[in-house]
Amino acid sequence: MTRNASWIAITGVTILVYLLMFAPVAVVMLLSFNDSQFGAFPIEGFSLRWFVALWENEAVLRAFRVSLLLGALTAVISTTLGVLAALAIVRYDFPGKRLVSTALIAPILIPEVVLAVALLLFLRWLGIPRSFVLLLAGHVIFTLPFVILVVQARLVGVRREFEEAALSLGANPIQTFFSVTLPLIMPAVLAGMLFAFTISFDDITGTLFWKPGGVETVPTQIFAMLRHSISPEINALGTVMVVITVVLPLLGLALARRLAARTRM
Amino acid sequence: MSATADRLFDRRPWILLGPALSAVTFLLVIPVCFIVVYSFWLRTAIGTEEVGFHLDNWQLVLTDPFYRDILVQTIRIAVVSTLLCIALGYVPAYFIAYAGARHKLLLILLLMLPFWISYIIRTMSWINILGVSGAVNSALMAVGVIDEPMRMLYNEATVVAGLVHFLLPFMVLNIYVSLDGIDRNLTAAAQSLGCNGWQAFREVTLPLSLPGLAAGSLLCFVLAAGTYITPMILGGPQNAMFANLVFETIITQLNWPLGSALSLVLLVLLGAVVMAYTHFLGLDQIAKSFR
Repeated sequence: MTRNASWIAITGVTILVYLLMFAPVAVVMLLSFNDSQFGAFPIEGFSLRWFVALWENEAVLRAFRVSLLLGALTAVISTTLGVLAALAIVRYDFPGKRLVSTALIAPILIPEVVLAVALLLFLRWLGIPRSFVLLLAGHVIFTLPFVILVVQARLVGVRREFEEAALSLGANPIQTFFSVTLPLIMPAVLAGMLFAFTISFDDITGTLFWKPGGVETVPTQIFAMLRHSISPEINALGTVMVVITVVLPLLGLALARRLAARTRM
Repeated sequence: MSATADRLFDRRPWILLGPALSAVTFLLVIPVCFIVVYSFWLRTAIGTEEVGFHLDNWQLVLTDPFYRDILVQTIRIAVVSTLLCIALGYVPAYFIAYAGARHKLLLILLLMLPFWISYIIRTMSWINILGVSGAVNSALMAVGVIDEPMRMLYNEATVVAGLVHFLLPFMVLNIYVSLDGIDRNLTAAAQSLGCNGWQAFREVTLPLSLPGLAAGSLLCFVLAAGTYITPMILGGPQNAMFANLVFETIITQLNWPLGSALSLVLLVLLGAVVMAYTHFLGLDQIAKSFR
């Protein structure tokens, strides 16, 4: 009896908290279709004009291209470095292992602002000004720990016997890696890559320090637009971002599950 | 013979570690050491740097009440945000852990969604809720409760709201992970020994979920105390946090030695919190949420 009552209360609170988490973003999406010219309440009718305005906004499109390129490069570099490091940590014993693994996840233990300042000032002192390369270096170092943690967690579960079998059958270590280990850890590698891409695509804390003048990523572009005024274009941009980062992957997942279910039959 | 040499020194892990370790060394370790040295240099009036060992920056940072007040304000905002995350996050985490398998998957998926939605979009979305022509004001005016829109934005409360909204998923996830790892027989045992549901929760479940609660709190505190974007978007000029000072000093005033000293203060403060945490609890709990 009381157990049921408290469970109902728990359910209610959970629903409220979830609503709280999603309501603000839902309002952004709702307002992006609003015909009103101020991008705010009241709702004056359905319109796609803010999306059209967005499509014609050259600065936003340029920011999208920068963000996509930066995210893709970050994902590839960070995942390559991360997989190699995770292999060393999981498959080998060596002196100083604890220190090395702590050093490798240090970028998430250090506040991002401090990391941003240190990298900016050091490279400036070396004579390397703010540039795309600095931005890329910063994003790689910041995403590396996430890739390492994800790949490491998966690699621990891959039995060494598989690799030893390949080696004993005459494959060299590199062949073994590409034909045995890599396929087995592929889900984690892809997850790490996606993780790195998303973190890079979303980053603003470090990016505002590192980006050269005139170059904007999507988040810094939104930030710059917010400083002027909250225009309905920002709401439309928010909706586009949510569709790209949430709806599309979910649809893909649903489609993949459906296809998998069909082939199983 | 070569086998013994191999056992003495195996180069293979170091070759694999080479790229990642050199990235961390050159892009993180050396730069952080560099700003320690840099913080003792001096910015001159004409904009050049005076190399040397000057304590001026440190004296300013450690004695000027302006910096101390903002540091206190930063800690206060981070602590309040973390406590609110615990208050709002524990019940949903409990619900997810004890919900049926079907709901569980959906709820976890929904919990992960905010991680995929841009931080800046989530932060600015509060302007649409609390702004002068935002959802709350429009609704209250439509109902007739108020005639004039209320000014609710750009104060400490909205900064905290933005931070809680951003940090809550981290908290729920960490508490959930530790609740989910609790052996269900333990609560059953407590109840068979005469505890009622609430007592069993207080004596068994709650203490066993504390590691997740602590890990979530650490994450929330560290992320909150290091932010400067949320106060810039949702706070007024008087709600600056410590990282805002760092940003101002480096990017606007171009006083890099002073900026180095300021960011080291932040590093020492948050580093001390992380070290105290790892000393008592270890980092394993945080790594768990990656599985």
